[in-house]
Amino acid sequence: MYPQELYYTKQHEWIRVDADTGTIGITDYAQNALGDIVYVELPAAGEVVTAKESFGTVESVKAVSDVYAPVSGKILAANGKLQDSPELLNSDPHGEAWLLRIQLGDRSEIDPLLSADQYEAYLKEEEGNK
Amino acid sequence: MNQSTVTSKRTPLFDTHKSLGAKLIDFGGWSMPVDYGSITEEHLAVRTAAGLFDVSHMGEIEILGPQALELVQKVTSNDAARLKDGAAQYTALTYPEGSAVDDCVVHRLEEHRYLFCVNAANTEKDFEWMSGHNDLNAEVRNVSEDYAQLALQGPRAKEIISPLVEVDLSSLRYYNFVFTRCSGVECLLARTGYSGEDGFEVYLPPSDSVRLWNTLLDQGREAGLLPAGLGARNTLRLEAGYPLYGHELDETISLLEAGLGWICKLQKESFIGKEALLRQKKEGLQRRLVGLEMKSRAIARDGYPLYVGEKRVGAVTSGSVAPFLKKNIALAYVPVEVSEVGTSLEVGIRARRETARIVPLPFYKRHK
Repeated sequence: MYPQELYYTKQHEWIRVDADTGTIGITDYAQNALGDIVYVELPAAGEVVTAKESFGTVESVKAVSDVYAPVSGKILAANGKLQDSPELLNSDPHGEAWLLRIQLGDRSEIDPLLSADQYEAYLKEEEGNK
Repeated sequence: MNQSTVTSKRTPLFDTHKSLGAKLIDFGGWSMPVDYGSITEEHLAVRTAAGLFDVSHMGEIEILGPQALELVQKVTSNDAARLKDGAAQYTALTYPEGSAVDDCVVHRLEEHRYLFCVNAANTEKDFEWMSGHNDLNAEVRNVSEDYAQLALQGPRAKEIISPLVEVDLSSLRYYNFVFTRCSGVECLLARTGYSGEDGFEVYLPPSDSVRLWNTLLDQGREAGLLPAGLGARNTLRLEAGYPLYGHELDETISLLEAGLGWICKLQKESFIGKEALLRQKKEGLQRRLVGLEMKSRAIARDGYPLYVGEKRVGAVTSGSVAPFLKKNIALAYVPVEVSEVGTSLEVGIRARRETARIVPLPFYKRHK
Protein backbone atom coordinates (compact mmCIF):
# COMPACT_ATOMS: atom_id res chain seq x y z
CA MET A 1 0.00 0.00 0.00
CA TYR A 2 2.64 2.56 1.02
CA PRO A 3 5.57 2.73 -1.44
CA GLN A 4 8.92 1.90 0.19
CA GLU A 5 10.80 4.69 -1.63
CA LEU A 6 8.74 7.48 -0.04
CA TYR A 7 9.18 9.19 3.34
CA TYR A 8 6.12 10.00 5.45
CA THR A 9 4.95 12.41 8.15
CA LYS A 10 2.49 11.93 11.00
CA GLN A 11 0.35 14.63 9.36
CA HIS A 12 -0.06 12.19 6.44
CA GLU A 13 2.12 13.80 3.79
CA TRP A 14 4.78 11.98 1.75
CA ILE A 15 7.95 13.08 -0.04
CA ARG A 16 9.92 11.37 -2.79
CA VAL A 17 13.58 12.39 -3.01
CA ASP A 18 15.40 12.33 -6.37
CA ALA A 19 18.87 13.90 -6.04
CA ASP A 20 18.14 17.59 -5.18
CA THR A 21 14.44 17.44 -5.98
CA GLY A 22 11.63 16.51 -3.64
CA THR A 23 8.06 15.63 -4.72
CA ILE A 24 5.39 16.15 -2.05
CA GLY A 25 1.88 14.71 -1.73
CA ILE A 26 -0.71 13.45 0.73
CA THR A 27 -1.05 9.80 1.66
CA ASP A 28 -3.72 7.29 0.82
CA TYR A 29 -4.80 7.41 4.46
CA ALA A 30 -5.28 11.19 4.18
CA GLN A 31 -7.37 11.04 1.02
CA ASN A 32 -9.52 8.28 2.47
CA ALA A 33 -10.08 10.19 5.70
CA LEU A 34 -11.04 13.35 3.77
CA GLY A 35 -13.41 11.64 1.34
CA ASP A 36 -14.32 13.09 -2.08
CA ILE A 37 -11.73 15.80 -2.76
CA VAL A 38 -13.19 18.75 -4.65
CA TYR A 39 -10.70 21.64 -4.41
CA VAL A 40 -6.96 22.10 -3.99
CA GLU A 41 -5.17 25.36 -3.26
CA LEU A 42 -1.39 25.42 -3.79
CA PRO A 43 1.31 28.10 -3.80
CA ALA A 44 3.06 29.05 -7.07
CA ALA A 45 6.49 28.07 -8.37
CA GLY A 46 9.20 30.32 -6.95
CA GLU A 47 7.68 30.53 -3.49
CA VAL A 48 9.34 28.84 -0.53
CA VAL A 49 7.92 26.18 1.80
CA THR A 50 9.16 25.62 5.35
CA ALA A 51 9.29 22.26 7.10
CA LYS A 52 6.25 21.60 9.32
CA GLU A 53 4.45 24.71 8.08
CA SER A 54 1.20 24.72 6.13
CA PHE A 55 1.65 25.46 2.42
CA GLY A 56 -1.82 24.82 1.05
CA THR A 57 -5.25 23.32 1.53
CA VAL A 58 -7.07 20.28 0.28
CA GLU A 59 -10.86 20.38 0.51
CA SER A 60 -13.30 17.51 0.44
CA VAL A 61 -17.07 17.84 0.31
CA LYS A 62 -17.18 17.98 4.09
CA ALA A 63 -13.91 19.52 5.27
CA VAL A 64 -10.95 21.80 4.70
CA SER A 65 -7.55 20.36 5.54
CA ASP A 66 -4.16 22.11 5.71
CA VAL A 67 -1.19 20.45 4.09
CA TYR A 68 2.23 20.71 5.79
CA ALA A 69 5.64 20.64 4.17
CA PRO A 70 7.70 17.59 5.23
CA VAL A 71 10.91 19.56 4.54
CA SER A 72 11.90 23.08 3.45
CA GLY A 73 12.66 24.18 -0.09
CA LYS A 74 11.90 26.37 -3.07
CA ILE A 75 8.93 25.41 -5.21
CA LEU A 76 9.84 24.26 -8.73
CA ALA A 77 6.29 23.34 -9.76
CA ALA A 78 2.78 22.89 -8.41
CA ASN A 79 0.63 20.18 -9.97
CA GLY A 80 -1.69 22.10 -12.28
CA LYS A 81 -3.77 19.02 -13.10
CA LEU A 82 -5.33 19.19 -9.65
CA GLN A 83 -7.08 22.47 -10.43
CA ASP A 84 -9.42 20.77 -12.91
CA SER A 85 -9.21 17.23 -11.55
CA PRO A 86 -8.91 17.35 -7.77
CA GLU A 87 -10.49 13.85 -7.64
CA LEU A 88 -7.10 12.49 -8.80
CA LEU A 89 -6.10 12.85 -5.14
CA ASN A 90 -8.63 10.13 -4.29
CA SER A 91 -7.61 7.77 -7.09
CA ASP A 92 -3.80 8.13 -7.20
CA PRO A 93 -2.52 10.01 -4.14
CA HIS A 94 1.03 8.57 -4.26
CA GLY A 95 1.48 9.05 -8.00
CA GLU A 96 -0.25 11.33 -10.50
CA ALA A 97 -1.77 13.52 -7.77
CA TRP A 98 1.49 14.90 -6.35
CA LEU A 99 1.13 18.45 -5.01
CA LEU A 100 4.54 20.17 -5.26
CA ARG A 101 8.04 19.67 -6.66
CA ILE A 102 10.65 21.50 -4.62
CA GLN A 103 14.34 22.22 -4.68
CA LEU A 104 15.54 20.62 -1.45
CA GLY A 105 17.20 22.89 1.07
CA ASP A 106 18.59 21.21 4.17
CA ARG A 107 18.73 17.46 3.47
CA SER A 108 19.06 16.60 7.17
CA GLU A 109 15.35 17.49 7.49
CA ILE A 110 14.63 14.16 5.80
CA ASP A 111 16.20 12.10 8.61
CA PRO A 112 13.34 12.36 11.15
CA LEU A 113 10.69 11.41 8.57
CA LEU A 114 9.06 7.97 8.70
CA SER A 115 9.79 5.03 6.45
CA ALA A 116 6.84 3.20 4.85
CA ASP A 117 6.98 0.52 7.57
CA GLN A 118 7.15 3.08 10.36
CA TYR A 119 4.22 5.02 8.86
CA GLU A 120 2.07 1.90 8.60
CA ALA A 121 2.91 0.99 12.18
CA TYR A 122 1.94 4.55 13.20
CA LEU A 123 -1.43 4.21 11.40
CA LYS A 124 -2.12 0.91 13.18
CA GLU A 125 -1.33 2.48 16.52
CA GLU A 126 -3.67 5.43 15.78
CA GLU A 127 -6.42 3.06 14.72
CA GLY A 128 -6.00 1.19 18.01
CA ASN A 129 -6.42 4.42 19.99
CA LYS A 130 -9.86 5.08 18.55
CA MET B 1 -9.78 13.46 12.35
CA ASN B 2 -12.55 12.97 14.78
CA GLN B 3 -11.76 10.56 17.57
CA SER B 4 -14.34 11.69 20.10
CA THR B 5 -16.65 8.74 19.52
CA VAL B 6 -15.92 7.19 22.92
CA THR B 7 -18.76 8.78 24.88
CA SER B 8 -21.19 9.16 21.98
CA LYS B 9 -24.56 7.45 21.97
CA ARG B 10 -25.11 4.72 19.40
CA THR B 11 -28.16 3.96 17.31
CA PRO B 12 -29.25 0.29 17.02
CA LEU B 13 -27.63 0.33 13.56
CA PHE B 14 -24.13 1.21 14.81
CA ASP B 15 -22.62 -2.21 14.03
CA THR B 16 -24.46 -2.35 10.71
CA HIS B 17 -22.86 0.95 9.68
CA LYS B 18 -19.42 -0.30 10.69
CA SER B 19 -19.81 -3.46 8.66
CA LEU B 20 -20.84 -1.34 5.64
CA GLY B 21 -17.55 0.56 6.00
CA ALA B 22 -19.07 3.82 7.25
CA LYS B 23 -16.93 6.65 8.55
CA LEU B 24 -18.37 7.58 11.92
CA ILE B 25 -18.41 11.05 13.45
CA ASP B 26 -19.89 12.62 16.52
CA PHE B 27 -23.06 14.56 15.72
CA GLY B 28 -25.21 16.05 18.47
CA GLY B 29 -23.81 13.56 20.97
CA TRP B 30 -24.35 10.58 18.67
CA SER B 31 -21.87 8.44 16.78
CA MET B 32 -23.30 8.61 13.27
CA PRO B 33 -22.18 7.60 9.77
CA VAL B 34 -20.95 10.63 7.79
CA ASP B 35 -20.57 8.53 4.63
CA TYR B 36 -20.10 4.98 3.40
CA GLY B 37 -17.27 5.94 1.04
CA SER B 38 -18.44 8.89 -1.03
CA ILE B 39 -20.73 11.76 -0.06
CA THR B 40 -20.98 12.71 -3.74
CA GLU B 41 -22.20 9.27 -4.84
CA GLU B 42 -24.69 9.08 -1.98
CA HIS B 43 -25.97 12.57 -2.77
CA LEU B 44 -26.43 11.73 -6.46
CA ALA B 45 -28.15 8.44 -5.60
CA VAL B 46 -30.78 10.39 -3.63
CA ARG B 47 -31.32 12.86 -6.49
CA THR B 48 -31.54 10.20 -9.22
CA ALA B 49 -32.63 6.96 -7.49
CA ALA B 50 -32.78 6.66 -3.69
CA GLY B 51 -30.78 6.74 -0.47
CA LEU B 52 -31.39 5.13 2.91
CA PHE B 53 -30.46 7.11 6.02
CA ASP B 54 -30.33 6.04 9.65
CA VAL B 55 -31.81 9.03 11.47
CA SER B 56 -32.45 7.25 14.76
CA HIS B 57 -30.59 10.03 16.56
CA MET B 58 -33.58 12.34 16.03
CA GLY B 59 -35.62 12.93 19.18
CA GLU B 60 -39.31 12.13 19.64
CA ILE B 61 -41.54 13.91 22.14
CA GLU B 62 -45.25 13.28 22.70
CA ILE B 63 -47.86 15.67 24.02
CA LEU B 64 -51.01 13.87 25.21
CA GLY B 65 -54.32 14.46 26.89
CA PRO B 66 -57.42 16.64 26.46
CA GLN B 67 -55.23 19.77 26.70
CA ALA B 68 -52.65 18.48 24.20
CA LEU B 69 -53.67 20.75 21.31
CA GLU B 70 -53.75 23.79 23.57
CA LEU B 71 -50.16 23.15 24.70
CA VAL B 72 -48.97 22.46 21.15
CA GLN B 73 -50.58 25.73 20.02
CA LYS B 74 -48.93 27.62 22.86
CA VAL B 75 -45.34 26.44 22.25
CA THR B 76 -45.28 26.32 18.42
CA SER B 77 -45.53 28.98 15.71
CA ASN B 78 -47.51 27.04 13.10
CA ASP B 79 -51.22 26.27 13.46
CA ALA B 80 -51.62 22.68 14.67
CA ALA B 81 -55.41 23.11 14.78
CA ARG B 82 -55.34 22.58 11.02
CA LEU B 83 -54.00 19.04 11.43
CA LYS B 84 -56.28 16.05 11.01
CA ASP B 85 -55.34 12.56 12.25
CA GLY B 86 -52.56 11.30 9.99
CA ALA B 87 -51.26 14.74 9.04
CA ALA B 88 -47.91 16.33 9.90
CA GLN B 89 -46.66 19.89 9.88
CA TYR B 90 -43.26 21.62 9.84
CA THR B 91 -43.16 24.03 12.77
CA ALA B 92 -40.92 25.69 15.34
CA LEU B 93 -40.83 25.82 19.12
CA THR B 94 -40.45 29.52 19.79
CA TYR B 95 -38.81 31.82 22.33
CA PRO B 96 -40.61 35.02 23.37
CA GLU B 97 -38.13 36.90 21.10
CA GLY B 98 -39.48 35.12 18.00
CA SER B 99 -36.43 32.89 17.59
CA ALA B 100 -36.42 29.09 17.56
CA VAL B 101 -35.92 26.76 20.51
CA ASP B 102 -35.91 24.17 17.73
CA ASP B 103 -37.46 23.46 14.34
CA CYS B 104 -39.41 20.23 14.17
CA VAL B 105 -42.21 18.22 12.59
CA VAL B 106 -45.40 17.66 14.57
CA HIS B 107 -47.69 14.70 13.76
CA ARG B 108 -51.28 14.43 14.93
CA LEU B 109 -51.52 10.76 15.94
CA GLU B 110 -55.07 11.11 17.27
CA GLU B 111 -57.26 13.86 18.65
CA HIS B 112 -55.43 14.18 21.97
CA ARG B 113 -52.01 12.91 20.98
CA TYR B 114 -49.22 14.70 19.07
CA LEU B 115 -45.76 13.39 18.21
CA PHE B 116 -42.86 15.78 17.64
CA CYS B 117 -39.74 14.80 15.73
CA VAL B 118 -36.97 17.13 16.96
CA ASN B 119 -33.25 17.68 16.40
CA ALA B 120 -31.12 15.16 18.30
CA ALA B 121 -28.97 17.73 20.09
CA ASN B 122 -32.06 19.70 21.16
CA THR B 123 -34.18 16.85 22.51
CA GLU B 124 -33.56 17.50 26.22
CA LYS B 125 -33.87 21.27 25.79
CA ASP B 126 -37.13 20.90 23.87
CA PHE B 127 -38.57 18.50 26.44
CA GLU B 128 -37.67 20.90 29.28
CA TRP B 129 -39.13 23.83 27.34
CA MET B 130 -42.44 22.07 26.62
CA SER B 131 -42.69 20.76 30.18
CA GLY B 132 -41.80 24.17 31.62
CA HIS B 133 -44.68 25.81 29.73
CA ASN B 134 -47.14 23.06 30.50
CA ASP B 135 -49.50 24.82 32.92
CA LEU B 136 -52.37 23.17 31.06
CA ASN B 137 -52.30 19.69 32.57
CA ALA B 138 -51.26 18.03 29.32
CA GLU B 139 -48.74 15.20 29.49
CA VAL B 140 -45.30 15.69 27.91
CA ARG B 141 -43.22 12.58 27.35
CA ASN B 142 -39.74 12.15 25.90
CA VAL B 143 -40.26 8.94 23.92
CA SER B 144 -36.99 9.08 21.96
CA GLU B 145 -35.90 5.69 23.31
CA ASP B 146 -39.02 4.05 21.85
CA TYR B 147 -38.10 4.87 18.26
CA ALA B 148 -35.51 4.16 15.65
CA GLN B 149 -36.00 6.12 12.45
CA LEU B 150 -35.06 5.35 8.85
CA ALA B 151 -35.38 7.84 6.00
CA LEU B 152 -35.80 6.48 2.48
CA GLN B 153 -35.41 9.42 0.12
CA GLY B 154 -35.35 9.84 -3.64
CA PRO B 155 -37.49 9.66 -6.79
CA ARG B 156 -37.55 5.84 -6.62
CA ALA B 157 -38.33 5.64 -2.87
CA LYS B 158 -42.01 4.93 -3.47
CA GLU B 159 -41.49 2.02 -5.84
CA ILE B 160 -38.88 0.52 -3.48
CA ILE B 161 -41.00 0.58 -0.33
CA SER B 162 -44.44 -0.03 -1.90
CA PRO B 163 -44.16 -3.85 -2.13
CA LEU B 164 -43.24 -3.99 1.59
CA VAL B 165 -46.22 -2.08 2.98
CA GLU B 166 -49.91 -2.91 3.31
CA VAL B 167 -51.22 0.45 2.14
CA ASP B 168 -51.50 2.12 -1.25
CA LEU B 169 -48.85 4.84 -1.12
CA SER B 170 -50.36 6.67 -4.09
CA SER B 171 -53.01 7.94 -1.68
CA LEU B 172 -50.44 9.00 0.96
CA ARG B 173 -49.78 12.66 0.26
CA TYR B 174 -46.70 14.69 1.18
CA TYR B 175 -46.65 15.49 4.92
CA ASN B 176 -49.20 12.77 5.70
CA PHE B 177 -48.52 9.50 7.51
CA VAL B 178 -50.08 6.12 8.26
CA PHE B 179 -49.65 3.40 10.85
CA THR B 180 -48.82 0.26 8.91
CA ARG B 181 -46.53 -2.72 8.75
CA CYS B 182 -43.41 -2.45 6.65
CA SER B 183 -42.01 -5.91 5.92
CA GLY B 184 -43.97 -7.08 8.96
CA VAL B 185 -42.60 -4.34 11.24
CA GLU B 186 -45.19 -2.13 12.98
CA CYS B 187 -44.32 1.44 12.11
CA LEU B 188 -45.39 5.00 11.52
CA LEU B 189 -44.73 5.70 7.85
CA ALA B 190 -44.61 9.38 6.96
CA ARG B 191 -44.19 10.94 3.54
CA THR B 192 -41.68 13.49 4.78
CA GLY B 193 -37.97 14.16 4.50
CA TYR B 194 -35.03 16.54 4.56
CA SER B 195 -33.51 15.92 1.13
CA GLY B 196 -35.62 17.95 -1.30
CA GLU B 197 -36.88 14.72 -2.89
CA ASP B 198 -39.97 12.60 -2.49
CA GLY B 199 -39.49 10.05 0.26
CA PHE B 200 -40.53 8.45 3.49
CA GLU B 201 -39.54 8.52 7.13
CA VAL B 202 -40.21 5.30 9.03
CA TYR B 203 -40.56 5.45 12.83
CA LEU B 204 -40.17 1.94 14.23
CA PRO B 205 -39.15 -0.04 17.33
CA PRO B 206 -35.34 0.02 17.75
CA SER B 207 -35.27 -3.79 17.96
CA ASP B 208 -36.67 -4.09 14.40
CA SER B 209 -34.44 -1.47 12.79
CA VAL B 210 -31.55 -3.66 11.61
CA ARG B 211 -33.92 -6.09 9.93
CA LEU B 212 -35.88 -3.37 8.13
CA TRP B 213 -32.67 -1.56 7.12
CA ASN B 214 -31.33 -4.73 5.48
CA THR B 215 -34.67 -5.53 3.85
CA LEU B 216 -34.91 -2.04 2.34
CA LEU B 217 -31.32 -2.15 1.06
CA ASP B 218 -32.01 -5.52 -0.63
CA GLN B 219 -35.32 -4.34 -2.01
CA GLY B 220 -33.79 -1.19 -3.50
CA ARG B 221 -30.51 -2.56 -4.82
CA GLU B 222 -31.64 -2.90 -8.44
CA ALA B 223 -33.18 0.57 -8.39
CA GLY B 224 -29.82 2.05 -7.34
CA LEU B 225 -30.53 2.55 -3.64
CA LEU B 226 -27.43 3.34 -1.55
CA PRO B 227 -26.98 3.71 2.20
CA ALA B 228 -26.35 7.41 2.78
CA GLY B 229 -24.79 9.27 5.70
CA LEU B 230 -25.05 12.64 7.39
CA GLY B 231 -22.60 14.15 4.88
CA ALA B 232 -25.05 13.68 2.02
CA ARG B 233 -27.97 14.57 4.29
CA ASN B 234 -26.30 17.95 4.82
CA THR B 235 -25.43 18.68 1.18
CA LEU B 236 -28.92 17.57 0.09
CA ARG B 237 -30.70 19.84 2.57
CA LEU B 238 -28.38 22.71 1.63
CA GLU B 239 -29.22 22.37 -2.09
CA ALA B 240 -32.89 22.29 -1.11
CA GLY B 241 -32.38 25.47 0.99
CA TYR B 242 -33.56 23.88 4.25
CA PRO B 243 -32.26 25.43 7.47
CA LEU B 244 -30.22 23.40 9.97
CA TYR B 245 -30.53 24.26 13.65
CA GLY B 246 -27.24 25.64 14.99
CA HIS B 247 -26.45 27.11 11.57
CA GLU B 248 -29.40 28.99 10.05
CA LEU B 249 -31.44 28.84 13.25
CA ASP B 250 -30.61 29.52 16.88
CA GLU B 251 -31.89 31.53 19.85
CA THR B 252 -30.66 34.83 18.33
CA ILE B 253 -32.24 34.49 14.88
CA SER B 254 -35.85 35.45 14.24
CA LEU B 255 -37.95 32.98 12.26
CA LEU B 256 -38.83 35.86 9.93
CA GLU B 257 -35.15 36.55 9.22
CA ALA B 258 -34.74 32.83 8.46
CA GLY B 259 -37.43 33.02 5.78
CA LEU B 260 -39.78 30.92 7.91
CA GLY B 261 -42.62 33.43 8.03
CA TRP B 262 -44.75 30.74 6.37
CA ILE B 263 -44.69 28.67 9.58
CA CYS B 264 -45.53 31.70 11.76
CA LYS B 265 -49.32 31.86 11.87
CA LEU B 266 -49.69 35.32 13.36
CA GLN B 267 -53.49 35.20 13.19
CA LYS B 268 -53.39 32.32 15.71
CA GLU B 269 -54.91 33.38 19.03
CA SER B 270 -51.66 33.31 20.93
CA PHE B 271 -48.32 31.53 21.10
CA ILE B 272 -44.95 32.20 22.68
CA GLY B 273 -43.14 34.73 20.50
CA LYS B 274 -46.20 35.99 18.64
CA GLU B 275 -45.92 39.61 19.89
CA ALA B 276 -42.23 39.80 18.98
CA LEU B 277 -42.88 38.40 15.50
CA LEU B 278 -45.77 40.85 14.94
CA ARG B 279 -43.54 43.73 16.01
CA GLN B 280 -40.68 42.59 13.74
CA LYS B 281 -43.08 42.30 10.85
CA LYS B 282 -44.37 45.82 11.45
CA GLU B 283 -40.97 47.42 11.99
CA GLY B 284 -39.19 45.51 9.21
CA LEU B 285 -36.20 43.18 9.37
CA GLN B 286 -32.55 44.16 9.74
CA ARG B 287 -31.12 41.07 8.07
CA ARG B 288 -32.30 38.16 5.99
CA LEU B 289 -31.17 34.68 4.99
CA VAL B 290 -29.87 34.56 1.41
CA GLY B 291 -28.46 31.97 -0.97
CA LEU B 292 -24.99 32.57 -2.39
CA GLU B 293 -23.30 31.09 -5.42
CA MET B 294 -19.52 31.35 -5.71
CA LYS B 295 -18.12 32.73 -8.96
CA SER B 296 -14.82 30.83 -8.66
CA ARG B 297 -14.07 27.25 -7.61
CA ALA B 298 -13.36 28.37 -4.05
CA ILE B 299 -15.72 26.97 -1.42
CA ALA B 300 -17.37 29.15 1.22
CA ARG B 301 -17.52 27.32 4.53
CA ASP B 302 -19.45 27.81 7.76
CA GLY B 303 -18.26 30.91 9.59
CA TYR B 304 -16.38 32.57 6.71
CA PRO B 305 -16.90 36.37 6.79
CA LEU B 306 -18.83 38.31 4.13
CA TYR B 307 -17.88 41.78 2.90
CA VAL B 308 -19.29 44.60 0.83
CA GLY B 309 -16.21 46.64 -0.02
CA GLU B 310 -14.24 46.86 3.22
CA LYS B 311 -17.31 46.52 5.42
CA ARG B 312 -17.98 43.20 7.07
CA VAL B 313 -21.69 42.52 6.65
CA GLY B 314 -22.20 38.97 7.86
CA ALA B 315 -20.98 35.40 7.82
CA VAL B 316 -21.67 32.16 6.04
CA THR B 317 -23.91 29.84 8.08
CA SER B 318 -23.58 26.77 5.81
CA GLY B 319 -21.39 26.37 2.74
CA SER B 320 -20.34 23.47 0.55
CA VAL B 321 -20.02 22.15 -2.92
CA ALA B 322 -23.44 21.23 -4.30
CA PRO B 323 -22.80 17.77 -5.78
CA PHE B 324 -25.91 17.67 -8.00
CA LEU B 325 -25.91 21.31 -9.12
CA LYS B 326 -22.11 21.22 -9.54
CA LYS B 327 -21.79 24.68 -8.04
CA ASN B 328 -20.36 26.03 -4.81
CA ILE B 329 -23.19 27.37 -2.70
CA ALA B 330 -23.77 28.85 0.73
CA LEU B 331 -26.42 30.24 3.04
CA ALA B 332 -25.74 33.46 4.95
CA TYR B 333 -27.39 36.29 6.84
CA VAL B 334 -26.85 39.73 5.33
CA PRO B 335 -28.36 43.19 5.97
CA VAL B 336 -31.59 43.68 4.00
CA GLU B 337 -30.00 46.59 2.04
CA VAL B 338 -27.64 44.11 0.36
CA SER B 339 -29.95 41.09 0.22
CA GLU B 340 -31.42 41.50 -3.28
CA VAL B 341 -30.97 38.66 -5.77
CA GLY B 342 -28.10 39.54 -8.08
CA THR B 343 -26.10 41.48 -5.47
CA SER B 344 -22.38 40.68 -5.44
CA LEU B 345 -20.63 40.13 -2.11
CA GLU B 346 -17.14 38.99 -1.17
CA VAL B 347 -16.36 35.97 0.96
CA GLY B 348 -13.17 36.01 3.05
CA ILE B 349 -11.46 32.68 2.37
CA ARG B 350 -8.19 32.42 4.25
CA ALA B 351 -6.12 35.42 3.05
CA ARG B 352 -8.22 36.08 -0.04
CA ARG B 353 -11.57 37.52 -1.08
CA GLU B 354 -13.73 35.58 -3.50
CA THR B 355 -16.84 36.92 -5.22
CA ALA B 356 -20.26 35.42 -4.55
CA ARG B 357 -23.60 36.40 -6.02
CA ILE B 358 -26.96 36.28 -4.26
CA VAL B 359 -29.25 33.78 -6.01
CA PRO B 360 -32.88 32.80 -5.38
CA LEU B 361 -33.67 30.10 -2.79
CA PRO B 362 -33.99 27.18 -2.94
CA PHE B 363 -30.92 26.36 -5.01
CA TYR B 364 -32.60 23.10 -6.07
CA LYS B 365 -36.26 22.23 -6.55
CA ARG B 366 -37.37 18.83 -7.78
CA HIS B 367 -39.73 18.42 -10.72
CA LYS B 368 -43.01 17.02 -9.44
